[in-house]
Amino acid sequence: MKPARFDYYLPATLEEALATLSELGSDGKVLAGGQSLVPMLNMRIAQPAALIDINGLVDLDAITCEHGALRVGAMVRQATLERSGPALGQVPLLAQALPLVGHWQTRNRGTLCGSLAHADPSAELPLLLSVLNGSVEVHSSRGVRTVAARDLFVSFFTTSLEADELIVAAYLPIAPARRRYAFNEFAQRHGDFALVSVACAVEFDEQGMLAHLTLALGGAGEVPLVVEAADALGRLLDRELIAALAERASTACDPPSDHHASAAFRRQLVRTLTGRMLTALVPQEEAAAT
Amino acid sequence: MMTHKAGEHAAIALTLDGTPVVEQAPTRMLLSDFLRQTCGKTEVHVGCEHGVCGACTVRVDGRPVRSCLMFAVQAAGHHVETVASLGTRDDLSMLQRQFHEHHALQCGFCTPGILSSAQAFLEEHPEPTEREVVEMLTGHLCRCTGYRAIIDAVLACARERKEGTS
Ligand SMILES: Cc1cc2nc3c(=O)[nH]c(=O)nc-3n(C[C@@H](O)[C@H](O)[C@H](O)COP(=O)(O)OP(=O)(O)OC[C@H]3O[C@@H](n4cnc5c(N)ncnc54)[C@H](O)[C@@H]3O)c2cc1C
Ligand code: FES
Ligand code: FES
Repeated sequence: MKPARFDYYLPATLEEALATLSELGSDGKVLAGGQSLVPMLNMRIAQPAALIDINGLVDLDAITCEHGALRVGAMVRQATLERSGPALGQVPLLAQALPLVGHWQTRNRGTLCGSLAHADPSAELPLLLSVLNGSVEVHSSRGVRTVAARDLFVSFFTTSLEADELIVAAYLPIAPARRRYAFNEFAQRHGDFALVSVACAVEFDEQGMLAHLTLALGGAGEVPLVVEAADALGRLLDRELIAALAERASTACDPPSDHHASAAFRRQLVRTLTGRMLTALVPQEEAAAT
Repeated sequence: MMTHKAGEHAAIALTLDGTPVVEQAPTRMLLSDFLRQTCGKTEVHVGCEHGVCGACTVRVDGRPVRSCLMFAVQAAGHHVETVASLGTRDDLSMLQRQFHEHHALQCGFCTPGILSSAQAFLEEHPEPTEREVVEMLTGHLCRCTGYRAIIDAVLACARERKEGTS
């Protein structure tokens, strides 16, 4: 349980980090919070020739508001976000999702951007980025580009990032006034990776009809899955529609079978959690009427 | 930019339990092994080495973290506190005394990590609810106590601290 040897680089500036990444190519791995990478090094699942530790890039430990989004720098720890009142006010889904990411002790090191780069299909934060339709700002010595959530996650533990690219920040769109969010998951023990997770963003118009609905699933396939729900707009979120959406979610997903749970059980969980989550979001007047 | 080649020993200067320390370690040495083997702090326990059990938890700049998921080189320039910073056998801290009184340990393997977390937790949550204590403890495995006594000890310590300050 000890890592193999590696060269260690501690860049002091973003330019140095990018130059090192481009020089090392696929021999180099970025080290952020280390809460996913170091276990893999300890178990020798990963044996990179070099680590590029970005913990010295203090400028990346910043939370700001830009272009209608919360911009979360690559060295912002999950626990820092969790304690940031303004951030939680602007992106209320963070307050629901962050406490589910591992434990307080791992969140004291782990970063939001590291979790996105790691792209674990059962992780909460890639699902959060997907349901919010957020993006990441990616830098390399070749330039800067913005990658939307739907283009970032490619497969199990795989993103569309090139070996010389660094996520410098994540953009989480600020919640419109009437938008409401929910995050729900089933894990065997608190702090464990969820068997499946579900998240959604909804908005109702003055008549109480659905004006916006994004529904997304985690742990139910290779990447966070956004369920097609455009046909629900303009409708009342009643029991019938909720049952139909829960059913659609459970058939749209392609969850794995493993020693924790069968695919059939995970599908059942998706159906149940989606139903519960949507039911809890029904505006109170309608809930009373039905 | 600071660079250390594989196998090369890096000089690491840090503050350990309040004392400045300078030691050498190869880049791949985990902070947990560095604390135990190089600095002699065998009160840092090592269970799983992948972040799950919590036995190796120490405070870095005041915040509880897994020392098995940090490299010793990453602690350079930081304040690391092990459970040894809390109290001594003859002069237990308030939290340690409450653990003693509540029988919150049996074999003691998990205890240094739990004390490190709980100390930082109480500083951040002076009046915790039982639910919050339980959530903090999800980051630690204890195979002996069944946790009840640990929860009681942490809550008792919070009450005692409050009485002491009011
Ligand atoms: C006991 C335990 C329980 C956990 N439970 C959960 C859980 O329930 N849910 C969950 O989602 N996670 C969980 N995690 C993992 C979570 O804690 C990690 O924080 C997260 O997955 C990775 O973030 P990090 O900053 O630690 O990244 P690191 O471990 O440093 O890096 C992870 C990967 O991303 C790459 N990377 C990191 N930052 C960047 C960047 N800025 N640009 C490009 N590439 C980058 C690294 O090269 C590496 O490949 C758990 C971890 C532990 C130890
Ligand atoms: S030894 Fe570090 S968490 Fe188990
Ligand atoms: S006292 Fe034995 S593991 Fe906790």
